[in-house]
Order: sequence, then structure tokens, then C-alpha cells
Amino acid sequence: MIEEVGTTTEGDLVINVGPQHPATHGVLHLVITLNGETIKKVEPHLGYIHRSIEKMCESLTYRQFIYVTSRMDYLSAHINNHACALCVEKGLQVEVPQRAQYIRVIMDELTRIASHELWWGAMAMDLGAFTPFFHAFRERETINTIMEETCGARLTMNYMVPGGVMFDLHPDFQKKVKAFIQQYTSKINEYDELVTGNIIFQNRMKGIGYVTKEDAISYGCTGPVARGSGVASDIRKIAPYDVYDKVEFDEVLETGGDSFARYLVRVKEMQQSIRIIEQLIDNIPEGDFQAKTKAVLKLPKGEFYQRVETARGELGVYIISEGGTTPYRIKFRSPGFSNLSILDHMVRGHKIGDLVAAMGTLDLVIPDIDR
Amino acid sequence: MFSLEGITKAIDTWLNAHFNSTVVLLAECVLVGVAAIALFAVLGLGLVWMERKVAAVMQIRLGPNRLGPKGIFQTSADTLKLIMKEGLTPDGADKFLFNLAPFIVMIVAMLVLAPISFAKNFQIWDINIGVLYVSAVSSLSVIGILMAGWSSNNKYSLLGAMRSGAQIVSYELSAGLAIISIVVLTGSLSINDIIQSQQNGWWIFKGHIPAIISFIIFIIAVTAETNRAPFDLAEAESELTAGFHTEYSGMKFALFFLAEYINIFIVCSIGATLFFGGWMPLHIGNWEAFNHIMDFIPSSIWFFGKTIFLIFLIMWFRWTFPRLRVDQLLNLEWKYLLPISLFNLLLMTVVAIMGWHF
Amino acid sequence: MTNEELKSTLGELIPSATFEEGGEWVNLYVPLEEWKPVALQLRNHPSLQLDYLFCLTCVDWKTHFTIVYHLSSTAVRHNIVVKVKVDRNNPTIETVSDIWRTAEFHEREVYDLFGVTFLHHPDLRRLIMPDDWKGWPLRKDYEDPVNMIKL
Repeated sequence: MIEEVGTTTEGDLVINVGPQHPATHGVLHLVITLNGETIKKVEPHLGYIHRSIEKMCESLTYRQFIYVTSRMDYLSAHINNHACALCVEKGLQVEVPQRAQYIRVIMDELTRIASHELWWGAMAMDLGAFTPFFHAFRERETINTIMEETCGARLTMNYMVPGGVMFDLHPDFQKKVKAFIQQYTSKINEYDELVTGNIIFQNRMKGIGYVTKEDAISYGCTGPVARGSGVASDIRKIAPYDVYDKVEFDEVLETGGDSFARYLVRVKEMQQSIRIIEQLIDNIPEGDFQAKTKAVLKLPKGEFYQRVETARGELGVYIISEGGTTPYRIKFRSPGFSNLSILDHMVRGHKIGDLVAAMGTLDLVIPDIDR
Repeated sequence: MFSLEGITKAIDTWLNAHFNSTVVLLAECVLVGVAAIALFAVLGLGLVWMERKVAAVMQIRLGPNRLGPKGIFQTSADTLKLIMKEGLTPDGADKFLFNLAPFIVMIVAMLVLAPISFAKNFQIWDINIGVLYVSAVSSLSVIGILMAGWSSNNKYSLLGAMRSGAQIVSYELSAGLAIISIVVLTGSLSINDIIQSQQNGWWIFKGHIPAIISFIIFIIAVTAETNRAPFDLAEAESELTAGFHTEYSGMKFALFFLAEYINIFIVCSIGATLFFGGWMPLHIGNWEAFNHIMDFIPSSIWFFGKTIFLIFLIMWFRWTFPRLRVDQLLNLEWKYLLPISLFNLLLMTVVAIMGWHF
Repeated sequence: MTNEELKSTLGELIPSATFEEGGEWVNLYVPLEEWKPVALQLRNHPSLQLDYLFCLTCVDWKTHFTIVYHLSSTAVRHNIVVKVKVDRNNPTIETVSDIWRTAEFHEREVYDLFGVTFLHHPDLRRLIMPDDWKGWPLRKDYEDPVNMIKL
């Protein structure tokens, strides 16, 4: 007799995965119902790191609130700041200097690589391979050092401000980034040999957590999760911001829809990011790195929405202004929140080991989900 | 020349010269017990240190490097910490079984030590069914693991123990068949006889392809039997936090941890005995000059060298491969390894009957 | 479709809708009681195909709530913003989680932080705040002397 998946009956095993659990990478709490080793239901419980950033932002000025947003998706802090800066600029109608736009895009792409590197290591660790984590961190560390020199911070950079960037680039920046590209391209084969081509890894990933194109759209999945199912959802292509319309890069699309497809999307995206940086790094124009803006920013009455592509997917910043110095209401549409909602749908009927393999490819960052 | 055999002989003669035979027997039993426990401690500390260093090399980092030269005392310090820690017993646990489980696992590991030949004529107990004894006793450790998982009253532990049960019972078959294929060649179950039969070359070289196949199957099966990655599903950190020993702390946890390393040592020493001639030096046919040079290396060094090489192999697996899923694990055994090893056994029998081996 | 074309199509489709000027996308207000059938039409209309709900939120205007739906089409790449006014004292609205599955989580969040009840929602519980939390934190009149610092 085949029981209906998704219902709880007597004899089912209900397990709390989290809030402290090695596979949730943060304080995510999943209540999973098992029948033997087979998952019948997964129910996420959120809020362990909820700080109500949206409420906090209502009492912070347009210059101040950007610092809070670094703490949402801390792995792509630059891109969060970028989204907020763009949204405020949209309201102020400020023209950002070319130099600042180039710097922003380079920083975004470096952040994307760093974020995907961490994900890559953590993904392999979820599947029980510890070594890739350290190999990934070798490259990530180089990026962090580059960031530290220019921004003064390694994780929550707070580098992008309305009108441009906070400081000019460090004199060594271009040299170091080029050295990093060299380092990265020489190591990329190592990644494939160690993980991608591994037969155990492929067997663990293929056919797991299948998401159809329709489901991906309906559940609001974005970023590599949607692109793994063949949904073209890259905001850098759909609605280019800053200099993304001037660079050439491919939107990585895989049609597999399973964990392995999502894995491939991220790995290939890193190479596309390298491609973008290579096009920009030698052509950073001279000039101001920040537009002249007033000390106290006041947005006109109205609504402003800015979408950007973070490492995890589409981040939306929705500011409703009443003409004051603080936003009346601010909403962050975080990619992780929507991506998490498909978890239950994609792991039903799989084994516990697959939960980890599927959840890993969602690349959840819990502060981003809870906000 | 240094040899362990000489030391034991000397002690035996000295004791016999001074005491009557009953006292000598008792004294020797005590000495053997002390020596076994000392070996355990040294192996535990040494192998953990080795694992950390091997992992460090593979993960482009340094590993322990503060306590003593190359951090060699790091594991002693860790053990000291574990001894000092409180051994918690959860309220809901079945206290008797919970506290008994680590000892069962440990005692089983100790029992298997008996027939292993560490050097020439240096063996605790030379029984004529040595190999059978080893495979029979080592499978008892699953009882300890199931006991630990069940009595912890924790769902993660239970799942881990169940996985472990299924896994050990399955892989026992392949490991057993791989062992039998060598027994077919030697015609004896005694470990001493098996080693003696490799006087003119190790079975891995003499036994042609069937021996190589059974070595590969053996190493896969024992990796699974000792719950090591990529078959560490019973512990599966990212899925079950720590599996069957989630609730254990302090010295009780340390016993599980130690037993894991002792088990690795034991299975690797069995592997070395069966396929690489145990303490037997590398001999090539009747090439007297070469064989003679090899004989100068003490037999204990040969034994430990081979064993540590195999241990390194198993550590290498752990730090390279991702973990299998539970159904893939069982598929691998029942659909691939078992049929292959059955066929291989048949092949080996043919080789033995026709006398095709060297 | 351009914004002008969208406006005319939407005007024909939903006669009771009113448009709001300004903003980069078409903004339209839909009456509360018509929302559910309109949502279905927006999703399935052959020239609209708004199959992707990328943001769902609520705004507390002190006199009333506005539920804001940002809709996009993955096929034809146009975006519209739909707003529905809801009574502040008894905020209830039909769920759209059966039309866009992503709404299930977003509606739970809005329920959690604003106290808007979504009718026929499959699993309307608090998502982020603890289950026994009192009050609706993102409302403008919410007071929490312990956790909130007034500047």
C-alpha cells in the first residue's frame, strides 16, 4: 500500500532539524516528518534571527539604512548595499559617475564569486566531503583581502552609498584582482576533478529535488534555483543596472531542474563573473567616485522599486516615501525567502540525505530569509 | 638485530627461571593485558594525530602544531580534556544500556586483537581459526552501536544506529568473501599459516587478478564496516548531527572514537596479513640476494608499515569522497559487490585448483 | 507590452480599476471584492501572462492598509503593480496562494507582521514571530517598550 505523501499518520517520525544543525548553515528550523528514511513533509519555522530590519529602516535616514542591509544577506553585502543605493538614487534622480558604476559592478561580481565559493565548499561539506571547503576558502580569502584593502571590511562592507561608492579604490586593486583571476583560472580544474566529476557526488545530486519550470516560476524562485530549471531570470539581463548593459556575459541556463543542474549553474556563473571582471578591470574610467549629493537626503513622495541580482537571486528594494528624510515603509524582497518556500515541494518522497543535497543547492542564508 | 620475538623470549625465560609455571602463566596474562591496553592508547593517540595531519595536508593547512614537535601531543591533551569532562547521561535514556554500549564496542575491538600477528612469532593467541574468529567477533560491534542508538532515546541516534546495522550486516558478507578467497589459496584459517604461505611473495602479487579484485572489495567493505567516509552514514554529520553517538560526551564518547580507530587498525592489519604478507618481508621468488636484504628489516616494521599504508589509504578516502546515500550504499553492496565477490571466489577456486598462482 | 498598451488592456479587462500616475510601472487599484477573479484573469490572460509574483507586501497608511502585488511576466517581460485597499480594523482579503504558489509564504509573512487575514489560505500561521506573540509589529501604531528604541 502506498501512503499519501504529505500526511502525518501514527508511527511517523517527526524530527526537528535545527535551529542548530550542521546542514542548515544558520538558525533555520525545519520540522520534518519521516516514514523510515523517506521524507513526507518539511515545514520551515523561521524567525530565529529576525531583527525586523524593515521596521528599523523606518526610523533610519536614507544614508543610515544601507548599513543595516549588509546584515541581511551577509554573503552578498555589496549587492544588498548596491540595491539600496540604486533605489535611493532612483528617487533622487542622481547621475552616478562612470567610475563609481564600474567599481560597483566589479565589486558585485567579486562578491558573487566569493559567495558562490562559500556555497561550493559548504555544498560539498553537506554531502560529506570536507576537503573542498578549504579549497574554496583559499580563493575566497583572496577576495576578502582585496575587499579589505579597499572597503576596510571583509564581510559587511557598507561600501556603496547613494551617489557612488564611499572611498576610491586602493592603488593595488587592479593588480590584485588580475592576480586573483590568474589564481582562479589556474585552480578551476581542481574543482571539477575533486567534486564535479566525482561519481558519488553526481549520483547524490542527479535527479534530486526536481523543480519544473512552471513550479519555479509559480514559487517565485530566482537566481540559480530558477536558472537550473531553465527560467531566464537574471536581472542583470532583464533590467540592467549600472554598466551591466555594456559588458558581455552569458546567462547560465540549465534545463535539468535537479540539484546537479543548480550546482552547474553556480559553478558556471563564477566563470561568467570572471568574464565580466576581465572586461571591466582595465577600463575603469578616471573621475569622481561619488556624485555630489546633499548631506541630508530627502526622497520625493512616491514609490521606488529596484531589483538587482544577488548571488542568491532577485533582491527587490521597495521604498515608499512621504517626502521625509526616512522611508515611510520599506520592503526587502529577499531571494532566499521565496527559494525556501519550494523546499517542501522538492524534497517530498526523497531520503534524509537528499534533503541535505537539495537544501544545499538552494543556498539559503538565514538572515536574508528572516530579515 | 631488534626483534619483538627476542624480548618475549627473554621475559619468558626469566620468569620461568624464577617462578613456578602457574605464576608464570598469570604474570604473562597480566603482561599481555597491559601491553594490549598500552597498544590501544598509543594507537588511539597516534592514529588520531595521523588522521589530523593527513587531513591537514589534503586541505592545504597545517593541522595540529602547537603541543610538542609537529603537534604530536595534541591528541594526548584532547584525551585529557575528554577524561575531565562530565559524562552526561540524558534523562530519557535507558541508563544501563546507554552506559554499557561504549564498553561493548571497545571490548569487541580488544577481542579482535588476539589472533593478530604483529611480528615474527609475536602473537597473543595463535588459534587455528584466526581469520574466522576475526570476522565473527568484529561483526559483534554492531550490537554496541545499535545499543547506543536505541538507548539514547534520540531520533537522530536511532536513525544512525539503524543505518549502521543495515550497513555492517551487509558489508560483512563482502568482507567475508574477500577473506575466504585468500583462505582458498592458503588452505588454512590460521593467521600464522597464511603469513607463512607468503614466504615467496605476497598474495596480491601471486594471486593474479582475482586477488586484486578481492583486495579492492575487501578495502571497500572494511571502510564501510568501520563506518568511515564515504560510508559514514551512521554518523553522517550533515544529516544526523552525529548519528548514534549524538548524546555521548566525555570519556564515553572517547571510547567510541577510540574504538573507531582501533577497528581501522585491526581491519587494516588483517588486510596487510591477507594480501601483503603480514610481517613477511617483500620476497621475490627465489632471488636470494634481494630476499636476504629484505630480511634485515625487522618483521615488526614490515607489519606496521603495511598496516599504516592501508590506514592511510582509508584516510585518503575519507578526505576525498562525498558520502553515499543510504539506498545507494545498500545497492552498491547487494547489486555490485556481492555478485562480484561471489564470482571472484569461484574464479579464485579455479585458480587454486588448477594451481595457476605462483 | 509598453505601459500604455498595458493600461488600455487592463482598463478593458477590469473596468472598475483605477490607475495611479507616476512610477516606472503601471499602478492600478483593484476593489477588494473583485480581487480574486481579477488575479486569475491577470495570471491567465493571453496577452498579459503575469505568471510571476515577485513581491507581495502590505503598507499601513494609518487609515487603511494597502496590499501591494508586484507582478511580472516571464514570457513577455512586463511588470505591473496591483494595489488593493483593505479595511484597517478588520483586514481580510482573499488569498492568491493558489494562483501564485509563492504567495503562501509572503501572505504568511504579511499576516504575521500586519495581521491581515487571508481567506482560504492553506496554512495561515505566524511565520517569523513566535506563535504566542501579541500584536502586529509592522503596524504604525505598534508599541514595544522592550525591543523598540525610539530615536
